[in-house]
Amino acid sequence: MEPILKIENLKTSFMTSNGEVQAVRGVSFTVEKGEIVGLVGESGSGKSVTSMSILKLLADTARIKEGKILFEGEDLTQYSRAQMRKIRGGKISMIFQDPMSSLNPLIPVGKQVAEMIREHHREKSKEEIKKEVLELFARVRIPEPEKRYRSFPHEFSGGMRQRVMIAMALANRPDLLIADEPTTALDVTIQDQILKQLRELKKEYGTSIIFITHDLGVVAELCDRVVVLYGGLVMEEATIYDIFENPKHPYTLGLLASIPALDQDKSRRLKPIPGSPPDMTKPPQGCPFAPRCPYARVVCGRELPEMTEVAEDHRSRCWLLSPDAPDENNPFRKNGRAGEERRESHE
Amino acid sequence: MVRYFAKRIATMVIALFLIALLTFVIMHSIPGGPFTSDRKVSPEVEAALNAKYNLDAPLAEQFFDYIGGLLHGDFGPSYKYPGKSVNDFIYNGFPVSAKLGGITIVFVLLAAIPMGVVAAVKNGKWVDMAVMAVATIGVTIPSFIIASLLIYVFSFRLNLLPTYGIDTWKGYILPVIALGGYSISYMARLMRSSLLEVMGQDYIRTARAKGLSEVKVVFGHAMRNALIPVITVLGPTIANLMTGSFVIEKIFAIPGLGGYLVNSVSQRDYTTIMGVTIFYATFLMVMIFVVDIFYCLIDPRIKYE
Repeated sequence: MEPILKIENLKTSFMTSNGEVQAVRGVSFTVEKGEIVGLVGESGSGKSVTSMSILKLLADTARIKEGKILFEGEDLTQYSRAQMRKIRGGKISMIFQDPMSSLNPLIPVGKQVAEMIREHHREKSKEEIKKEVLELFARVRIPEPEKRYRSFPHEFSGGMRQRVMIAMALANRPDLLIADEPTTALDVTIQDQILKQLRELKKEYGTSIIFITHDLGVVAELCDRVVVLYGGLVMEEATIYDIFENPKHPYTLGLLASIPALDQDKSRRLKPIPGSPPDMTKPPQGCPFAPRCPYARVVCGRELPEMTEVAEDHRSRCWLLSPDAPDENNPFRKNGRAGEERRESHE
Repeated sequence: MVRYFAKRIATMVIALFLIALLTFVIMHSIPGGPFTSDRKVSPEVEAALNAKYNLDAPLAEQFFDYIGGLLHGDFGPSYKYPGKSVNDFIYNGFPVSAKLGGITIVFVLLAAIPMGVVAAVKNGKWVDMAVMAVATIGVTIPSFIIASLLIYVFSFRLNLLPTYGIDTWKGYILPVIALGGYSISYMARLMRSSLLEVMGQDYIRTARAKGLSEVKVVFGHAMRNALIPVITVLGPTIANLMTGSFVIEKIFAIPGLGGYLVNSVSQRDYTTIMGVTIFYATFLMVMIFVVDIFYCLIDPRIKYE
């Protein structure tokens, strides 16, 4: 089946006074119909810029320099402004990170959702639209929709506002929903409710979702497939099962080691990944993770590895996977359990 | 809400009393009095005049006498212009200043808001730079220089507009521009920076993600938020412009309120100083109060308890 979204070799840069910041340097991945894809990486890995590039919602200083964004077979990078406006909120919609600031403080929430429908369906009457908004509110479990329609954002809690955002994003039954860290600003119990809601919606409407997060724990609960980004590049791409059970990139190992587990021994501390992400005005010529990688060799700093097909639906960008890589200090040569190995090596 | 407004009005009355007291004290601590003049006046005549206007009474008594009159709406007689009361001055001068000021405010808003919006939308482009250059000139050059230049060009050189007086509508053009120059520049800059800040907010990105056109994003979502700081300065600006500018009224020979105040200070016309000051203070406070009510209407987050 044709994937709903296919990104090919996307390169997005910001032109700043300090020179060109190469935020995304050749990202490719696909999203199948009805699939939830997790886009994972730390701040500055390029995950938000990738998602914003799809809808061209980036700042004026940003440029999509290369690559294709094929949505239902059509290249969005070639779309005019007017064509993009039709796509935004219509076939592709977005939920943002901070629900506290993503709604206009001066407009009642019901009106803000109604505007989304009116913009794409001019033929619908006022009453029709209002009825739809109330249905949406009920669907995302906003209590007393009729009363809440006229409320202002400041009268809602963070979780409720995010529900309004979800209701808005779903108003025109999009084929693709981009959720940019929608739960990061919420507390854990609310997070869980929102995730549950997204799962239900996917089941009900068959909406494809790109879920952007730095939290692998959230990914485990929600996603079918995971794309791990670092330094503006895809480091590893695999099914949810393979990411957790058979990770094939040292960066993924690092991310896994940094999430707390319930059964974790309290005496053992979480492992942060030492160092910080590369400066994207001068992206490294080799693997961007090499300076922070405990397994790095000389070649890693010198040359960027290609994506290697590890198994079906599982690809990784690492020199350790090449056939001539040494066995010594190589987590991928001792059957599985690589995460444990790494933890020990740092103790 | 009602309690809040009652409280506000009470504080306004207290503030007015303190302003009256302070003005009174400062005024009387300046050497000289209304009947001191270059011409030799015999001590007997001066004493008689002081006695007539009760100026020989203790200051506290004079002050409370004055406040007593004020409570009846009586600003007292002018010491310098026998037979005229300060009420007459305000009654004659304020409408003139208010009309000129009112026209200026409309002009300021019609010019400054579009200028600021265009500059913000075209941020960094040449239009923005041109608007900001004009606005910078407007803030830095004093009004009397602008007025003189305008008179030189439009009255003296081109002979299009009168140099003084406001008998015809033509007479208003130059004073309005000279009086409003500073406010236009200031408000255009404020509008621009405020709109730019709002355009960077998350909810503007949300509006764009809905597929709205840029016009709808700016006017439907950004404008109301961006106008809040502009409205904040609008209150004092209105008070300022409507109570008259001494400089502009002097240059264009306009018989407004501004002239009375400055003359009364140099002439030690005590009651006029007091009257005009209190009138201005009251007007300013009322305008700020009106602005606060407007906030309530524009921003649902603001509730007065």
